[in-house]
Amino acid sequence: MSAQALHTARTLSDHLPVLIIIIPFLAAPLTVLIGSRRLAWPIAFGAALSSFVISVLLLLRVLDSGVISYAIGGWLPPIGIEYRIDAANAFVLLLVSAIGTIVLPYTIQSIKSEIPERHHTLFYTMYLLCFTGLLGVVVTGDAFNVFVFLEVSSLSTYVLVAMGAQTDKRALTAAYDYLVMGTTGATFFVIGIGFIYAATGTLNMADIALYIQVHGTNRTLETAFAFIMVGMGLKAAVYPLHLWLPNAYTYAPSAVTSFIAGTATKVAIYVLLRFMFTIFQPDFLFEMHAVRWVMMPLAILAMFAASLIAVFQSDFKRMLAYSSIAQIGYILLGIGLLSTTGLTAAIVHLFNHGITKAALFMGVGALVLRSGSSFYAKIEGMGKVMPFTSFAIVIAGLSLIGVPGTAGFISKWVLVQAAIEQGYWPLALAIVGSSLLAIIYVWRVIETLYMKQPADGWVKQEAPLTMLVPLWIMAGATVWFGIDTELTMTAARTAADGLLHGFMAGGQ
Amino acid sequence: MMIDQIPTAFLFFAGALVLLALPQGRLRGVLLLLVPILAGWQVWSLPFGNLQPVSFFGFDLELMRVDKLARLFGLVFCLSAFLGNLYAWHVRDTVQQVAALLYAGSAIGAVFAGDLITLFFYWEGTAIGSVFLIWARRTEGAFHTGMRYLIIQIGSGVILLAGVALVYRETGSIAFEKMTLGSLGTWLIFLSFGIKAAFPLLHNWLQDAYPAATVTGSVILSAFTTKLAIYALARGFAGTEILIYIGAVMTIFPLFFSEMENDMRRVLAYSLNNQLGFMVVGIGIGTDMALNGAVSHAFAHILYKALLFMGMGAVLFRTGTIKASELGGLYRTMPLTTILTIVGAVSISAFPFFSGFVTKSLTFAAVGNAHLWVIWGALVFASVGVLSDTGIKIPYYTFFAHDSGMRPKEAPTSMLLAMGLTAALCIAIGVYPAPLYALLPYDVDFTPYTTGHVIGQFQLLMFALLAFAVLKRAGIYPAEERAIYLDTDWSYRWLLPRMIRWIATLTGRIWGGTTGMMHRRVQNIIAGLYHSHGPEGRMASVWPTGSMVIWIAVLLGVTLIVSFFG
Repeated sequence: MSAQALHTARTLSDHLPVLIIIIPFLAAPLTVLIGSRRLAWPIAFGAALSSFVISVLLLLRVLDSGVISYAIGGWLPPIGIEYRIDAANAFVLLLVSAIGTIVLPYTIQSIKSEIPERHHTLFYTMYLLCFTGLLGVVVTGDAFNVFVFLEVSSLSTYVLVAMGAQTDKRALTAAYDYLVMGTTGATFFVIGIGFIYAATGTLNMADIALYIQVHGTNRTLETAFAFIMVGMGLKAAVYPLHLWLPNAYTYAPSAVTSFIAGTATKVAIYVLLRFMFTIFQPDFLFEMHAVRWVMMPLAILAMFAASLIAVFQSDFKRMLAYSSIAQIGYILLGIGLLSTTGLTAAIVHLFNHGITKAALFMGVGALVLRSGSSFYAKIEGMGKVMPFTSFAIVIAGLSLIGVPGTAGFISKWVLVQAAIEQGYWPLALAIVGSSLLAIIYVWRVIETLYMKQPADGWVKQEAPLTMLVPLWIMAGATVWFGIDTELTMTAARTAADGLLHGFMAGGQ
Repeated sequence: MMIDQIPTAFLFFAGALVLLALPQGRLRGVLLLLVPILAGWQVWSLPFGNLQPVSFFGFDLELMRVDKLARLFGLVFCLSAFLGNLYAWHVRDTVQQVAALLYAGSAIGAVFAGDLITLFFYWEGTAIGSVFLIWARRTEGAFHTGMRYLIIQIGSGVILLAGVALVYRETGSIAFEKMTLGSLGTWLIFLSFGIKAAFPLLHNWLQDAYPAATVTGSVILSAFTTKLAIYALARGFAGTEILIYIGAVMTIFPLFFSEMENDMRRVLAYSLNNQLGFMVVGIGIGTDMALNGAVSHAFAHILYKALLFMGMGAVLFRTGTIKASELGGLYRTMPLTTILTIVGAVSISAFPFFSGFVTKSLTFAAVGNAHLWVIWGALVFASVGVLSDTGIKIPYYTFFAHDSGMRPKEAPTSMLLAMGLTAALCIAIGVYPAPLYALLPYDVDFTPYTTGHVIGQFQLLMFALLAFAVLKRAGIYPAEERAIYLDTDWSYRWLLPRMIRWIATLTGRIWGGTTGMMHRRVQNIIAGLYHSHGPEGRMASVWPTGSMVIWIAVLLGVTLIVSFFG
């Protein structure tokens, strides 16, 4: 690996992989240092937007010319920290930075009603830190660096969740639970990394992969794998480890939920992918067993159990939280198939579900702004009060079901194809069957919004434009990516190919 | 011409959009009539071939595959959309107007779909478009009926999609061509078509939903969904032997139920089902003549069934009821409706010089040519049944029989106009079938009006009529209410009366019993699921932090064990 060709002539565009992190990372303390409530938002938005632009550039470049390797401070890997970008992380970078940027304008009005004003500056600081952390986890090629960024994002998320305390004090316990659980997960992860370091003597992912390829695995590495899978599984809300999620999503401020629901679990899934396919290989027997006997059953369990819970919920936001857990099941199922099509489905669903859920949570936030609560009983007839918001929710809801013409359909279609490809009929049926449950829980929302009468004395009162526009951008994106699949499918397929066959080869 | 570039279905969808922009009133009525005319003209002038290839998501879709079969169905769908909208001239309900256009557009789109994916999209389109015609009645019952209907129709679409995916995996093609039953994929597609075609035991949605729709809604409903399924079967499964037997059962099976039914629109729904059977038999035989028979029968059937639904709709519109036991003697004040309904009744009974005769005899001839005498017998039996069920029962108990004392006004002019046009078409086809025959997918070498055919048919009909007359005469003396009991079984009094009743009751009991049991079971399951997964349930409750951590340990243990010993 040390034979890696170094970038000798360093132009600004060569530094893109690090700039995507540095800009928001420096902007975060800047908001506190300047300390101005008025300036905090422009700084945050500017930083997020530049990260978004960089992620687009990176994705285009990766799709065009393959893996980018960047050595921090000129220290060559495996000694120094390496940022390493292929199609898989470039795609996730795009998802995270896009959602992070689009949600920001939405926060202005949303947090006004949900967070005390003196915390607004701090909110943007935390938001930027979380944003940086998530991007950092994705961009880095160093296993320990993943842990560092993961903690950056997690710690700031705990604070963000706790900020919901003005609306509902339960946000505090939710944040506390999340803290305990999240830290346990992160600890497991770092224990796994420790085992790997003990066994291989390196922390660079590519280097570890090379070592394992040459020397094979041993008990230590297998244990490491189990620790990492469970630790990351917790962060990704894999079914029985999801218990932190419903409360955190429900009681966090709407803007926070919109942001982390679309990104945080997806990033954890990305890390799982990295460890399962790049560092370890699915050809290893122990990994096959873990996937077949642990991951797949849990995925199917999640698809049904979480969907059923969602069906019976009486709170829109909580329902969406449980539906997220079910959707994670689909993604894991795609991964568990261990085929190119399956991985493509998982990655494309990761993206499509990210934008769908972000749109839905933004919609709920807008409803809450007017109704004061996300309980079904409180949002009855909101289709009349807030027609634009409600219609955007319907569109995103259709995508959640997977109705043709929406992004959700594309990923489920590919997933069904992947299952059939390997002859797993019952799996294909299970996917369709659990989609029926999605029809029920989305229908309940539509029924509440459109078929009930709003409370007496209602007037038409749409959400402010700063919320509507981001919401409609997201809702529009679910339709756009349901029709024009060029970008998402190409990126996902390249990423899947890269993960299964060529991460190592691509960089040499 | 620009219009040639647009798929016909989109004309309807565009029409629905324009409609929303117009104020409620005459202008909308004109638009509703204009759209089908425009579309019909377009279909008529289109050349044959694959006109609108589109690439979507890596698949080559064919939005407009025009050939003789598709054109015939396209034309009759445009025609019936026109007649239905004319009949609904007085309706001032945006939901129904938009739904009618979307529904008709989807059905036409499906007919011209050259590939299975396009077919699937429109297939679901018909389900979603049509359900609003039921919901538009805005009653609690209509809502639940609509929901059941929607679930079944969407279910059919989902099964279709599963089948398409499988067939694609197998053959690598999504073209909608003739298929052979054999693989799971083709069976699923067959099943999905069968649900829409109301195969026996898959038929309940039809009798459930059609009588529940609005006055005008059921006219429009009766035309599209089932005939779309007939088209799909003719396209995909022509010559599939099992269809012959399914069709034969289908012609007889609904008779028992319709004989006992009191709701006149439900009687029509059953007889619709029975008529579909004739077409399914024709498709099952699959010879040129049989397919011609099935397709032309579908054409004629759409018209006379619409006419009957229009007549019953007019009665419902004026009197507010459609129960045989509450109606009667309406001919005094609704003479035109009476006459026009009788034209429909006579057509469905296949009297010579009416449309049913020239099309049904094609099917009969094809069955005869194939030497399927048992089937032939079943169809004859069914024909007699239709005459008694629909041909006589509908007009007799509505317009004649005992006087209900009601004196409703004659139907509105727009309804009469629509019915008159439809009736004229029924007669025109019956008297001069050549233009219809020329439209059929295969060359027709058949003369319906030979002495043998006409006499044979008259014998059948006269015998049935005679039986009715004799029994009626014998039944004049008893009180009038008994006449209603009489109708339950009079036509079979000379034909194993007890057995039929027994079968009907038994089927009813078994059906009621199983559905009741299923219903209870489903209720129990839902209650159980609610108990465990509901907001108060164990699965959804908030867990203490400690027990969450236990799960982590458990999962780690399991993963380790699996990794080490697996």
